[in-house]
This record gives sequence, C-alpha cells and structure tokens, in this order.
Amino acid sequence: MVIRCEEVWREISNYVEGDVGSALRAAMEEHLRGCKHCTAVLDGTRNVIQLYGDERMMEVPLGFSRRLQRRVEGNMPGNRRSFLGWMVATAAAVATAGAVELGSAASSRSPEPRSEHAQPGVGVPPDMMVVVSEKGKTFHVPTCTFIHEHTNLRTIAAREAMEDGYVPCVRCMKQYLKQA
Amino acid sequence: MPDQRSTLGDCSPQPSEETLIRRIRDGEHDLFYELIRPYERRVYATAFAILRNEADAEDAAQEAVLKAFKHIRQFRAEAKFSTWLTQITLNEARMRKRKQHAHIMEPIVDHQDEEGNYTPRDFADWREIPSETLERKEVREKLANALGLLGDKYREVFVLRDMHHLSIEETAKALGISTSSVKTRLLRARLMLRDLLSPGLDANWSGKLSFAKGTKPW
Repeated sequence: MVIRCEEVWREISNYVEGDVGSALRAAMEEHLRGCKHCTAVLDGTRNVIQLYGDERMMEVPLGFSRRLQRRVEGNMPGNRRSFLGWMVATAAAVATAGAVELGSAASSRSPEPRSEHAQPGVGVPPDMMVVVSEKGKTFHVPTCTFIHEHTNLRTIAAREAMEDGYVPCVRCMKQYLKQA
Repeated sequence: MPDQRSTLGDCSPQPSEETLIRRIRDGEHDLFYELIRPYERRVYATAFAILRNEADAEDAAQEAVLKAFKHIRQFRAEAKFSTWLTQITLNEARMRKRKQHAHIMEPIVDHQDEEGNYTPRDFADWREIPSETLERKEVREKLANALGLLGDKYREVFVLRDMHHLSIEETAKALGISTSSVKTRLLRARLMLRDLLSPGLDANWSGKLSFAKGTKPW
C-alpha cells in the first residue's frame, strides 16, 4: 500500500497513539523512510506530546494547595458551625472584657502574620470582602490606591485573609488598626 | 457496576478512593481534602486552560472543588472520580468565561473547519527536545502561550489528553463529545502546536518564537 503525505498527516496522531492497523502502520513507516517533511511532522508531534505531558507544565501558583485546603476545610459543615461558635464566643468576650481584639483572635488561627511590622486588625468584619495579592502582606478595599502589586489580585473574605497572615492596609483599613 | 474492592479497603492505612467517598458521604467530611488532593493540580490546570488567568483559575478551581463536595452524593461509582471532578471544573470555568464575555477575544483557529484537512508547515528538521529544556521558565511560558493561541475546543481536548493523560474515552466523556471528535481535535491541536513552536523550538531553543510580527505561521 502506497500512501500520500496528506494521508500520513491525517493519521499521524493516531499513529503516535498506536491506534492504526498493521497495514496502515507499515505503509506509513514506508512513507516516512523516504519523506523528510513527514518525518519532521512526526518528530514535531512527538516533541509536543512529550513537552506538554511533562508535570512541570502543570505549575500551580505559590500557596495554591494551602489556600485550597483552607477553603475546603472552611466550608465543611462542621467547621462552619465551629466558626459560628467561635464568633459567638468572641462577641461575648468583647462584650464582657471590652478590650479583646477580634483581629488577634483571628490571627491566633494563623500565628504568623506576613509582616512583622504590621498591626493585627481590630474588629474587622470577618465577611467583608477584601483584596490581596499573592506576594503582598496587607489586605485592602478593592478601590484602595495603596495596592502596590496589581498582578495576581484575589478577592476573599477578611477572615480568610487574616487566617492567611495578611494584615490591614494602613491607609484604607485605618479604622481597624489599634491606635498607639 | 460498583467496584467490589470498595469493601476491602477499610483496614488499609491509606483508604481507597471508593472508601474515602463512602466515608465522606457517611459524614466524615474532613476526609474530602484527602480525596481531592491528588487532583488539585489537574483541577487548577483545567481551569487555567480555559480562563488563561491565574487568579480566575484559582477561584474557579476552588469553586469546582466545593461544588464537588456539595454534590458528592450525585457521583456514581461506575464513573471515575477524576473525570467527574474534571467535568465540574470545566463547567465552572466555562460558566465564568461566559460571564466575562471572553468570547470577544476570538481564538485564532476557531474559524477553521474542524473536519477539513490541516497542512503542517514544512520545517525540515525538529530533533528531540531534551526534557531539561523545561527547567527554563521562559520555555514553559512560551509553551503556555502557544497553547493559549488555540481555540477552546482544541485546547480543552489537548489539555485533558496530553497534559492530564486522560484516555480518549475519558476525554470524550468529560467534554461530552464523541471519541472521533476527540481524535480529530487532538490531531489538529498537536499539529498546530507543532507549527507554532517549530520555528524556534530546537535543542538550543532561545525561548523566542521566531516568526516576525505580522507573519503568523497559520
């Protein structure tokens, strides 16, 4: 069986997959022995499959796994109840003592703030949506002009931001910072 | 038909996927992350293949995982969990893309006829590329950029089959298309990527696609 270049191209993907019959395979191999163009197409196709099939091509952003795990665990029915319980307990403590920092309570869930110079927030509404950047240290309101890094911005709940070690922006979140 | 092995894994220190799913359905919700952890990169990469933006892909990946948890009771044991999770991710990412009106940026190859013959460009030689090339970030970026130039229907098939290593049948099932469509699109995707990358991709690849501005190779 003699085949033309067009037929080789049409079947080249199936050939690489081992998904062609023996007669067609033999004809393609015979053709490839004498055709530089089709050999280059075959080599190129194999290279594409090999390069893209490498695990290094499936990079995930820094911290992706950790954030995903927190999001999953934070949305488990049991954990939601725990969080409500924690909120009630915190509110009660604030009412009685009058000086307990909600931000500190939140940060106790993530003891390592991203910035050692920043202050934890006080009374930050946990469900307020804030903006953070992957490499940043602070969380902002979406319209804040003090956001330095404009790539990889995410909008998340303040609770999640604080659990992730972010601290309030000294400009747009001023009202939530403890006064010296 | 349910896998009979599912009843055998209870004493294993690493419960099987079937066992994990059963226990999660029975209320051990904290096991869910363990179930999806092997697939988290795939979930992200699937979302990214459609949305082409890290922040959007991460949001979509998280949402998809949460939806999988919410609907875990609808998962049928005869299906593969990974394929089911991929379907949910595809749906989530496509829905977000529709909302973003991303179709305004029409992919380069969508106006080509899927069934028509594709003529690969005539590059005389393209030897095997050492996998070490992928250590270079600029090479990975060029590959990702080339992938981004494909139309959605080609890119989706290519990502599932050649990057996530789903079988042809699993790819067809995840996308809701026939196996022959998968094969046709896969052929087209591979050849287009080869043509997009060949001009500058060899063992000494500089990381730059060599076609000049205004002379696209398609």
